[in-house]
Amino acid sequence: MSAHAEAFHGYDLNHGATTANQSSRVDARTLGMLLFIGSEIMLFGSFFAAYFFVRVVNPSAPSTWPPPPYDFPVFVAGVNTCILVTSSFTMHWALQSIKRNERKAFLAGMVLTFLMGLAFLCTQLIEYLNVGFNTGSGAFASVFFGLTGLHGAHVAVGLSLLLVVTIRGFRGHYSAEHHHGVELPGIYWHFVDVMWIVVYTSVYLL
Amino acid sequence: MESPFRSEDAAFRFLLVTIGAFALIVLASWASTALGFLTFLGLSAAAVAVFLRGRAPAPERETVERRGDPEERRVLVVANETVGGEELLSAISTLALSKRTTFLVVCPALNSRLKTYTSDEDPARQEARRRLDETIGRLASVGIEARGEVGDGDPLVAIDDAVRTFGPDEIVISTHPPGRSNWLERGIVEAVRARYAIDVTHVVVDLAAKGA
Repeated sequence: MSAHAEAFHGYDLNHGATTANQSSRVDARTLGMLLFIGSEIMLFGSFFAAYFFVRVVNPSAPSTWPPPPYDFPVFVAGVNTCILVTSSFTMHWALQSIKRNERKAFLAGMVLTFLMGLAFLCTQLIEYLNVGFNTGSGAFASVFFGLTGLHGAHVAVGLSLLLVVTIRGFRGHYSAEHHHGVELPGIYWHFVDVMWIVVYTSVYLL
Repeated sequence: MESPFRSEDAAFRFLLVTIGAFALIVLASWASTALGFLTFLGLSAAAVAVFLRGRAPAPERETVERRGDPEERRVLVVANETVGGEELLSAISTLALSKRTTFLVVCPALNSRLKTYTSDEDPARQEARRRLDETIGRLASVGIEARGEVGDGDPLVAIDDAVRTFGPDEIVISTHPPGRSNWLERGIVEAVRARYAIDVTHVVVDLAAKGA
C-alpha cells in the first residue's frame, strides 16, 4: 500500500476516524459507573430541588413539617435506615472476602446484603400502605412519595444487581483476581445508601 | 479531587463520612435550628475546601507496549500547523537514515471549543487531512514511507490514541516557537514526557522565519 493510500486508512470522509481508540486512562467499566452515578446525582438533585421549594422557598410552605394532621413514621424509617446501612457493611465484607478468595464469607455477605435490601424495600412498601396519606394529599405528599419512591426504585435496581452477583457467586464465578462484577454493584449499593442518608435526614428528621 | 465512587472501598468510606456528617447536622439541628444550619454550612465549607485542595496523585509513567517488527524503529510524529515545516521534515529524514524506521504522522484536528461542542469538526478535519496529505506526499517524494492519521482535536488525546494503536519507540512533537505555540503554552511536550516512558523529541518549526 502506498504512503498516500495508507493515509486514508481508517478514515471516513464524513466523520473522521472510524476505528475506536481508547483514550481514557480510567477503566471503561468504572468510568461507565461513574458517569451513571453522575446522572443519578442530577436526577436526585432535581427531586431535592422540588422538595426544598415545597418546604422552604415556596411562600405558602407549611410552617411545620409534615403539615398537620400528618406524621411521618420516623421510627420505622429509622430502623429501615439501620438495615440499609448495615447492608452496606455486609456488601463491603463480601467484596473484601472475595478479594481474599474466601468464598463462603463472600456468599454469606452477598446473601445478607440482598436480604437486608429486600427487607428495606418491603418495609418501605408497608410504610406506604400505612402512612395515612397519598399523593393527592398535597404537595408535601407528592414530594415525599416522589423522593422516597425514586430511592426505592434505585434499591430495586440495586437488588437486581445483587441478585445477579449472588447467583453468579453460587455458580462459582468471581475470584480474588476477577471480582469486578462484585465491585461495581458494590459502588452502586453504597451510592444508594448515601442517597438514603440524605433523603432520610432531609425528609424525616429535619 | 478523586471521585468518592472510584472504587467500592472509596464508596464505602464516603458512606461512613456521609453518615457522620449527617448525624452531626441532625444532632445540631435538634439542639437549635440555627446551630444545625451552621453545622451544615461548616461541613459544606469543609467539603469544598477538601475538593479544592484535593489533588489526584500523578499517574505513573506509562510503559508503552511496543508493536510491529522488533528490528524496526517506530516513530510517532505529532504536528498540526507545522506538519510540513522544514525543521520537522529534516528531523524525520535524519531518523529515517539511522535505522529502518516506520513513521506514523498524526495531525490533531484542532478546532475551536464552540465548534467542538457543537460537533462542527468536519472543516478542522479536512484542513488537518490536507496538511497531512501534503506532508506524506513530500516524505514519499524523498523515499520515506509514512502513514498518516487525523487525530482528536486535543493533542494529548490524539497522542494517547496513537500510542495505544501504534506502539512507538519514540515520539516527535512539532510546535511553533515558544511564545507563539499554543501547545507549549499548555505544556503538551512536558505532559507527554511525564506520561510515557519513551523518548520524546521536541522540534521547533518557525514558519514565520521561513515566510520572512
